[in-house]
Amino acid sequence: MNNEAFNNRDVSDSYFLVDIEDYPTEPWDKFKRVIKRTFRIELFVGLWVVIREMFKFDIHTISYPEEKMPIGPRYRAIHEMKRLWESDTERCIGCGLCEKICISNCIKIDTRIDENSRKEVSEYSINLGRCIFCGYCAEVCPELAITHGGRYENASDQREHFLMYEDMLTPLDKMTAGTQVEFEGFGAITPHEDERVKKTPLAY
Amino acid sequence: MSNITINIDGKEIKTQEGEFILNAARANDIFIPAICYLTRCSPTLACRICLVEADGKQVYACNAKSKDGMNIVTSTENIDKERRAIMEVYDVNHPLQCGVCDQSGECELQNYTLELGVDSQNYAVKDVDRSSHDWGHIHYDPGLCIVCERCSTVCKDMIGDNSLKTIPRGADALDAEFKESMPKDAYAMWNKLNKSVIGLTNGTDVLDCTSCGECAAVCPVGALVDTHFMYKSNAWELNRIPATCGHCSAGCQISYDVKHTSIENPEDKIYRVMNEWNYVSLCGAGRYGFDYQNADVVKDEVAFDKAVQAFKKADTIKFTSTITNEEALILENLKDEFGYKLVNNEAKSFQAFLENYSAISGTSLYGSYLKEMAESNFIVSIGSALKTDNPNARYSFNNSLTVNKGAGLYFHPVSDPIIDAMGKSIMSIKHKPLQEEAALYLILDLFADKEKLPSDITDYLASFHSTKTVTVTETIKEKIVEIVKEMKVNEETGEEEEVEVEKSKMVPKKVSKDVEVDDNRLLSVLNAPKSFTENLDKFLKKKETFSLVVGADLYNHPNSKNCARLVALVEKYSKFKIIMIPTLTNSLGVSLINELSDDEGEFSIGYNTKGDFTLSALGDGDLDMPAINQQEGTLTSINKRVNPTNAALGYGGYELNDIANALGLNVENTIDYTLALPVAKGFKAEKFDDLPDYYTNAGESMRGYELKKMDIKVSDDESVEKLDETLTLSDSLIYLANPVRQFSEFTNKATNLDEVSGIYMSEEFLANSELNEGDSVRVKNENGEVVANIVSDNKIAGDVVIIPSFDSKLNSEALFSGYRFASASIEKV
Repeated sequence: MNNEAFNNRDVSDSYFLVDIEDYPTEPWDKFKRVIKRTFRIELFVGLWVVIREMFKFDIHTISYPEEKMPIGPRYRAIHEMKRLWESDTERCIGCGLCEKICISNCIKIDTRIDENSRKEVSEYSINLGRCIFCGYCAEVCPELAITHGGRYENASDQREHFLMYEDMLTPLDKMTAGTQVEFEGFGAITPHEDERVKKTPLAY
Repeated sequence: MSNITINIDGKEIKTQEGEFILNAARANDIFIPAICYLTRCSPTLACRICLVEADGKQVYACNAKSKDGMNIVTSTENIDKERRAIMEVYDVNHPLQCGVCDQSGECELQNYTLELGVDSQNYAVKDVDRSSHDWGHIHYDPGLCIVCERCSTVCKDMIGDNSLKTIPRGADALDAEFKESMPKDAYAMWNKLNKSVIGLTNGTDVLDCTSCGECAAVCPVGALVDTHFMYKSNAWELNRIPATCGHCSAGCQISYDVKHTSIENPEDKIYRVMNEWNYVSLCGAGRYGFDYQNADVVKDEVAFDKAVQAFKKADTIKFTSTITNEEALILENLKDEFGYKLVNNEAKSFQAFLENYSAISGTSLYGSYLKEMAESNFIVSIGSALKTDNPNARYSFNNSLTVNKGAGLYFHPVSDPIIDAMGKSIMSIKHKPLQEEAALYLILDLFADKEKLPSDITDYLASFHSTKTVTVTETIKEKIVEIVKEMKVNEETGEEEEVEVEKSKMVPKKVSKDVEVDDNRLLSVLNAPKSFTENLDKFLKKKETFSLVVGADLYNHPNSKNCARLVALVEKYSKFKIIMIPTLTNSLGVSLINELSDDEGEFSIGYNTKGDFTLSALGDGDLDMPAINQQEGTLTSINKRVNPTNAALGYGGYELNDIANALGLNVENTIDYTLALPVAKGFKAEKFDDLPDYYTNAGESMRGYELKKMDIKVSDDESVEKLDETLTLSDSLIYLANPVRQFSEFTNKATNLDEVSGIYMSEEFLANSELNEGDSVRVKNENGEVVANIVSDNKIAGDVVIIPSFDSKLNSEALFSGYRFASASIEKV
């Protein structure tokens, strides 16, 4: 794509002043304006468009919830927890960076030491009632474990609505089927990352 | 030591002659990178990153001493190269597990790697197997270790346990090419680093020490971690509550690191205790005994009404000194208002001791403090089981021995392998109980200025001396002339012939000689070892500053008054500076604030002790009270400082101030009393919220304020009673003291302190008796009896049986009538 159109930030030519009448100050002028606005025909212009389209039967409305719009791969909806492709184990290492960076304080994480002396996430919750879907958690995650997904329906009958670790984790059958989808949005690896890495010398 | 001026990076700085450049820079807010150096400990030179240029020559700031007019540059091109290479070397083979590491960003390796802008790696070496070790209360991961040796340094120089050392790593040698290509210091540092990891000195794979956890606290990376804290929480999530440790009289600066308990439970929980480890060292109780709070308490109005009724009925308030100054003042005000008798035996005896001391010394308080003790170079300890009565006093003692080339004497009837292991320049004198006065007389005899000392005392001291003739074997070198036959070539004939030659040589020879020597009977009274005089002469070489630390054995001594007067005489007529170990957390504060009575009345209120109506922060009384970690207030420490402490955890019940208010004192908050602490006793009229709580970069404590020493009018009477050498207890001794890491019922409650209650006996004692660990025994004497199981303890030695006081169920005080030693029969049941 050519970026010239974006790089040219001098937009002075394409600006023009809109002709706006002065705001009425006198009560009589104000009254006249109300009358004028009420009986103008703009209202009927709109109505005509609706009626015209109704009879044309060329309707673009999607019949939600039966039908849903496809959404972009970078869309930031309800979080998902990814698994490692190699071993199907959880990617989350319990570092707690998502909890720290969360600006609405909706992530909480409990960790402990497991029987193999590794750090284990014992509990993880996101309060979707507070979450603003800013994507910081996905961006900061060093393991690409927490990401956003495409599920945007999170209506709830209460303000506090918690999402637990198990709900977010990619199910194992999905892993065996190989259908886990990598998130392309915030936090994802940028292209050509390998070329930019400085390699550490090895003595092997 | 004289004041000098040095110049660092163009900044004129005043410091002391001989002060390390690094310390001088730090005290003046000049940054010199340094990893392995610990303030108060000896420089290890492991990291070499503190390179500076002094007068054009590269030196290490941590061990180069300042000289007047010195010109120091902290950064040159070569130094920057060295530093960058050093940090690169530290990053070689360091696992990239920062995400799960328990250091969680409090990491000096991370900090310096970023500070020095290390963005690529030039060095490599083959790694060896460095799997982690579980050392008991400490977990060691050699993979993360950068072998800065701070852990082993603090263990040796501060704590005195000597439990850690460097052991061979078993790695391949560095590539020879690096020697040429690398900066010189970086190569030397790497060469050493690549040969060592940290290991235990005791040869096993579990730590057997006094479990202070200081090694994990000073670790700059996540290699040493408290086992209880592993993977529990990230450091940045923890809220740091500045506080004062409430377990003993040292009043150590700590912070309680708190966070919600879990996702389900939003109540705060203490996850760990941290300290300013450059300036204060904690003991195991301070570091691990943090969860002694009185949890889940709600306002029980019925119990509160009963408490108010009980206060109206009572004529006595019994309490222990594990309370804040403010609470002590509330009790004092209640006493003034309603005429209660305040009973606190342990504080009373300390108060009496202080008063008797003041009668000669003319000051309300002893003169010294722990930091001065650590900086002195000859220390004497009398009448205290130092390692358990006040671990920080032991650390100061050890610090003096290891860092200040100090020496010392430890007078105590119980042999202590921990004290003996602190070094060769400490001599333990295992005297008989009740002979503490003899030790004080000996100090007077050895160190007091005899010309100024009252003549009757000088005469009395002289009466212990006599001359005796001893046969000494000396080795002298003697000249011996020998006639040796040699083969020599006769020059004339050219033949070899035998010639007799006279040769003289020096031959060592042992000679017995009768010598008249001075015999000090005090030494035999004290069972001092035969080599005492000889060793003492060695110890006293080049010693200038002297400290005497005395403890609770003297306060509860039957002749405690005389002991106190002798202590005052030692201070007055010798170079010794005195430090007294208050018995419990706030015994000093209580003894200054409260007017105490000896005898109880008919109906008593007990505060943290059993009374007819009991208020208890332990949760076992008639009305709950907040524990020290749930309270705001001040505690008076051994250093004569009034240290502020804050509430780490919430408390939902009533506190002493509520009762006082219900009785009509009407003060809104407990901390309002801070302002009213008695100025006549040396306190300052300062608001709690105005009290500072920090250390300066120079290591000066700015916590709370120091008590003012008040002058007291004294009579000229400096008489002391004579020594009763016959005073003794029969064999089979018991001693009231706690095991390491235990002080009171509060430490007993802490989950990470797992010492079991029982009768503590040394391994040696058990081996020589028919008793075994775990046997149930009855300890009985004329005062009472206690039945409990035997606990074998390798931190004590000898045949004195230790009866701990940290478990109130044991009721150990029943066996003692004041003095901490008693004799008792022990039989198996």
